[in-house]
Amino acid sequence: MKLCLSLVVLLLLVSAAAPAADDAETVDPLMSDVEGAVQAPVDSIPPAPPSDLAARDHIENTDAGDKIALSWSLSPDDGAGAGDVIGYLVLRHPSPDAPGDTVAVVGAGSGRCLDEAVEPGTAYYYTVASLDGANASEPVLAGPVAGRTNLWQPARTSVFVLMIVFFALVMIFTRLAERGAALFIRRIPGLNAIEEAVGRATEMGRPVLYVPGIGEIDNIMTIASLTILSHVAKITAKYETPLIVPTARAVVMSAAEEVVKEAYAEAGRPDAYNPDNIRYLSDAQFAFAAAVNGIMLREKPAANLYMGAFWAESLLLAETGFEAGAIQVAGTAMVSQLPFFVTACDFTLMGEELYAASAYLSREPKLMGSLKGSDWMKMVTIILMGAGVILNLMGATGIVNWFQTQ
Amino acid sequence: MRRGIPLAITFLIGLFMLVDFFVPHYRVSDLAGEMKQWGTIVIAASILLGVGNLIRVHFHKIRRRRDGWQYSITTLLIMAVMFAFGGPWGTIQEGSAFNWMFLNMQVPLQSTMFSLLAFFIASAAYRAFRLRSAESGLLLTAAIIVMLGRVPLGQLLTRALPEQATLPWLTETIMAYPNMAAFRGILMGAALGVMAMGLRVILGIERSYLGGEK
Repeated sequence: MKLCLSLVVLLLLVSAAAPAADDAETVDPLMSDVEGAVQAPVDSIPPAPPSDLAARDHIENTDAGDKIALSWSLSPDDGAGAGDVIGYLVLRHPSPDAPGDTVAVVGAGSGRCLDEAVEPGTAYYYTVASLDGANASEPVLAGPVAGRTNLWQPARTSVFVLMIVFFALVMIFTRLAERGAALFIRRIPGLNAIEEAVGRATEMGRPVLYVPGIGEIDNIMTIASLTILSHVAKITAKYETPLIVPTARAVVMSAAEEVVKEAYAEAGRPDAYNPDNIRYLSDAQFAFAAAVNGIMLREKPAANLYMGAFWAESLLLAETGFEAGAIQVAGTAMVSQLPFFVTACDFTLMGEELYAASAYLSREPKLMGSLKGSDWMKMVTIILMGAGVILNLMGATGIVNWFQTQ
Repeated sequence: MRRGIPLAITFLIGLFMLVDFFVPHYRVSDLAGEMKQWGTIVIAASILLGVGNLIRVHFHKIRRRRDGWQYSITTLLIMAVMFAFGGPWGTIQEGSAFNWMFLNMQVPLQSTMFSLLAFFIASAAYRAFRLRSAESGLLLTAAIIVMLGRVPLGQLLTRALPEQATLPWLTETIMAYPNMAAFRGILMGAALGVMAMGLRVILGIERSYLGGEK
């Protein structure tokens, strides 16, 4: 019995002494920055260091040359091996032998870090050491590297190259059109329907309603819409049909006034222009929709043309127009709204057809050239996509990576 | 000359914005950001033009007793009330009369308009899904599968079938392949259209948005 008691006391003493011995162990000074280091499993063997440390100038959209990006391969003990790596200590050094400043402590499983506090143009060295609860590995070194203010975003080179190809195609076809070459442009029924719709309104002695969307003037769809409005206004001026243009943006209203006034003047009917028909209704989306619906029901236009950027109000407008019995032509590049217009309107211009409208309607050589250039660029895009798919399937991912932009 | 200055400004600003996309230097980005702010300020100031137009159009309508002229009185009256309360006592401050009217009058009215969309969708869907041709039959079939596949009933109806024959799986397949292919095709075409339009505007080939060709 005495022997058993002695053994228990001895075991208790040994277990009590063990933490004391750990406490006495010298903790690596590198560990002082690691939060939670004491919770990690404690041993005296340092973890394996990370590898392939790379430091490079970080290029971003507002590049002031004050960032350096670091990347490394994880330590073999990070998630595998001893499995005791809890993070990586990243230090910045003015020279390889000088003591470093802590940049960050990156958690286990991550091999990336962005130093956002470098002096532009100053060369730095970086070390990264893997950490377990008590020890740090041998640091790996990279450098020298300096942050620079760059004049080119390499991640957008592919966009630039394709843009140049596209611009070249447009210029070639514009020149060809100017020299009198006959350029075939496919028929777009929705655009042919505009004149028919205006003609119908004229026969019925009712106005034409033209809604240029609710996009602001900086929306390219609104610009495209204003170019179509110019053509529509010329037709309504010729037919002496009232043209009502409700707008949701004051700048668009101002531009629409100018466009319609000029179109009436060019058509030789400046006296037929009625400024009260170019109306600013409301910036609020559904207040605008309610007001346009009111115009449809009170003034009963025979033709409703919806061209531009539309959101949830698209179906509210188009369904009301349908119920009012108007012939309706819509055009938008808002893919989510196209099904609504297709359902409720007689003709719909989809995506690019909206942008092609001014060229198609005016048949002006310069505009036709740009349309033809777009068609050929589509062909180039299809070929590139096909080539990309085939090369990717063959394991050559270079072309796909090159097209990835930032 | 009348068109010359706006076209020159369009060309220079358009070109600069293009440069901003490719040149990451902070001075270029800062200047581009500044220009975008100018745009925002110009747009905000233009609201005065809108208010002027609103008053003129409705005033003429009331004076000439056109159809629905009573609504014009309401419009002008409410605008005057909102302006009268918003001017001296603030607009977005919690507890202000303007804010109260906005939250308790305009917001519910807008919500009502938005909720009407459900009925419009139903009537539009009724017309769209009528079986008139082979294509409309295809659309109807796809619509039935997708609508059922998105609700628990679809899962319940086909749970005894192999996974590739269940409505949720068919729904995902329709949405991920034919639907997405069409979606991306339209998007790519539209993107090229945007580029062509942008080029025409920057180079001054397209000028009807300025109010005329000359």
